[in-house]
Amino acid sequence: MKRILSILSVLTLSFVLAACGSSVKLSDVPVEDRSAGAAGAGGAAGADSQASGRGVAPVEISTTDTTAAGPVGAARVIYFDYDSFTIKPEFQGAIEVHARFLTTNKNRKIAIEGHTDERGGREYNLALGQKRSEAVRRSLSLLGVAETQVEAVSFGEEKPSMSGATEDAFAKNRRAEINYR
Amino acid sequence: MINEFSIANIQRRRALKALSLATLSSLSTLPALAQFRVEVSGIGMTQLPIGLPTFKGEAQAPQKISTIVKADLERSGMFRSVDAAGLLADETTQLDASAWRQRGADSVATGSITPLADGRFDVRVRLWDVVRSQDLGGQSHVVSAADLRLAAHRVADFIYEKITGEKGIFATRIAYVTKTAQRFNLWVADSDGENAQSALTSPEPIISPSWSPTGAQLAYVSFESRKPVIYAHDVSTGKRRLLANFKGSNSAPAWSPDGRQLVATLSRDGGSQIFAIDVNGGEPRRLTQSSSIDTEPTYSPDGKSIYFVSDRGGAPQIYKMAPSGGSPQRVTFTGSYNISPALSHDGRWMAYISRVGGAFKLHLMELANGVSTAITDTSADENPSFSPNSRLVLYATQQQGREALMTTTLDGKIKARLSGASGDIREPDWGPFQR
Repeated sequence: MKRILSILSVLTLSFVLAACGSSVKLSDVPVEDRSAGAAGAGGAAGADSQASGRGVAPVEISTTDTTAAGPVGAARVIYFDYDSFTIKPEFQGAIEVHARFLTTNKNRKIAIEGHTDERGGREYNLALGQKRSEAVRRSLSLLGVAETQVEAVSFGEEKPSMSGATEDAFAKNRRAEINYR
Repeated sequence: MINEFSIANIQRRRALKALSLATLSSLSTLPALAQFRVEVSGIGMTQLPIGLPTFKGEAQAPQKISTIVKADLERSGMFRSVDAAGLLADETTQLDASAWRQRGADSVATGSITPLADGRFDVRVRLWDVVRSQDLGGQSHVVSAADLRLAAHRVADFIYEKITGEKGIFATRIAYVTKTAQRFNLWVADSDGENAQSALTSPEPIISPSWSPTGAQLAYVSFESRKPVIYAHDVSTGKRRLLANFKGSNSAPAWSPDGRQLVATLSRDGGSQIFAIDVNGGEPRRLTQSSSIDTEPTYSPDGKSIYFVSDRGGAPQIYKMAPSGGSPQRVTFTGSYNISPALSHDGRWMAYISRVGGAFKLHLMELANGVSTAITDTSADENPSFSPNSRLVLYATQQQGREALMTTTLDGKIKARLSGASGDIREPDWGPFQR
């Protein structure tokens, strides 16, 4: 987990201080003065507080992500069928290689990142991606990998590996990735 | 280049108002960042005709106040503007009632914008009842140039409340997310999508922003540490606090109406389950106990129920339960994919997304009788939230292959596409009334 997280917080609040509103009479009907010090019956705040309450301070995040090396030559991406969370037999070999590596190197840790295609709601897809990453986690666990070495997380539909709304892209995006930390 | 505006002037007699139809001019001539578009469709509407002549001094002012006010009122679905050409007036002018009657106006708002010696502006408005030839009162807002749009929204709120008797929502704020290349931005903008200010920029995705009940903070899910983690973010200071960073995924935050706790989806016990988290931290309390997906929790406005999505019946449906958990009650029964519930603040309505055929469509359910209606003709609707006065729904969708933010009236008849920061635009949340 060697990442540098730098948070740059820049305060750019533009406070606008309002003096008392002018009291020029507009006509015989009372005018609600909404400037500072004379908030009207409507409940709106004076100009001071509305300006200060409206400031937005921008925050900028830069992430440097590094993925550590795992077992040489082992596939790190497991693809799933539509609406499925079952690991297909063709990926069993790769899972076993990772399991052997992790049981031999007890100090190594992985994140399993589940992903979905873009169809459907973002939060529901996040939960579906979680089911995929947990399916891989369970397979590793059955092969003796300690729970403490594994974190199953989900990106839902947020990080497609292939863009576009084609069946091909959907198939490439329904996946779980194994990343060594 | 500020706020070009394209609403066709409707010159119809009041007797014809129920037949008012789509009136649109071409968008292509408008600058990319200043697209206002009010689409009006459907028949049988009762929209109040209002005259909004250009405010005196507006041509020299940094913001076209009357244009912003007009767009606000039309977006609400409650008003349509009548042709004001040639009827120049400001807030000091006596109303020419007969002229406005001829134009078909029921009410007229006149005003001015005057630069002051200290650099600020005085925005004044006066509202008239044309039918009774009655002065309905006026307002003055002394603001900086930066707050002129806010002043315009407050003028629109004043008119809306005086005439409909309900609070306007134009001076409230919305949050949304854009994606450009590999940058994600969380924005805080005016209720019309304009005046967007960046709250957060990140190379990793940001989803599910949720306003705190006071409108001071946003909770959201950030993937900046290569997993979904929930932050609470004070918008005015930029101060961020980790709310949930447990093993596994942390997502779908929603505030309780009293602001003391949030509900969220955590996978720390395996599976996606709903937990309550105290706003000051501490051990999360698990509210659902299923081996299924439980997610997208949201409180009812009275705090007495939590609505959420679960696939415990084999497909995602909306359920509700007590705020302490317990056995849920199913809410949606039609369709095989119902997600993203949002409750109106008056407690009468639930907006949600339902898959119909292959299309994801915004639906509205009247909670008292369970009757649901699809209220859009788009097919990739997402993430609805209600305006604080429960009169409009804000949602994301796709139009001509691009992501867009829209508002719609509850009957689906009046829709407006919000302008906003450039890039793919998504994940809107409508903020509360603010003091």
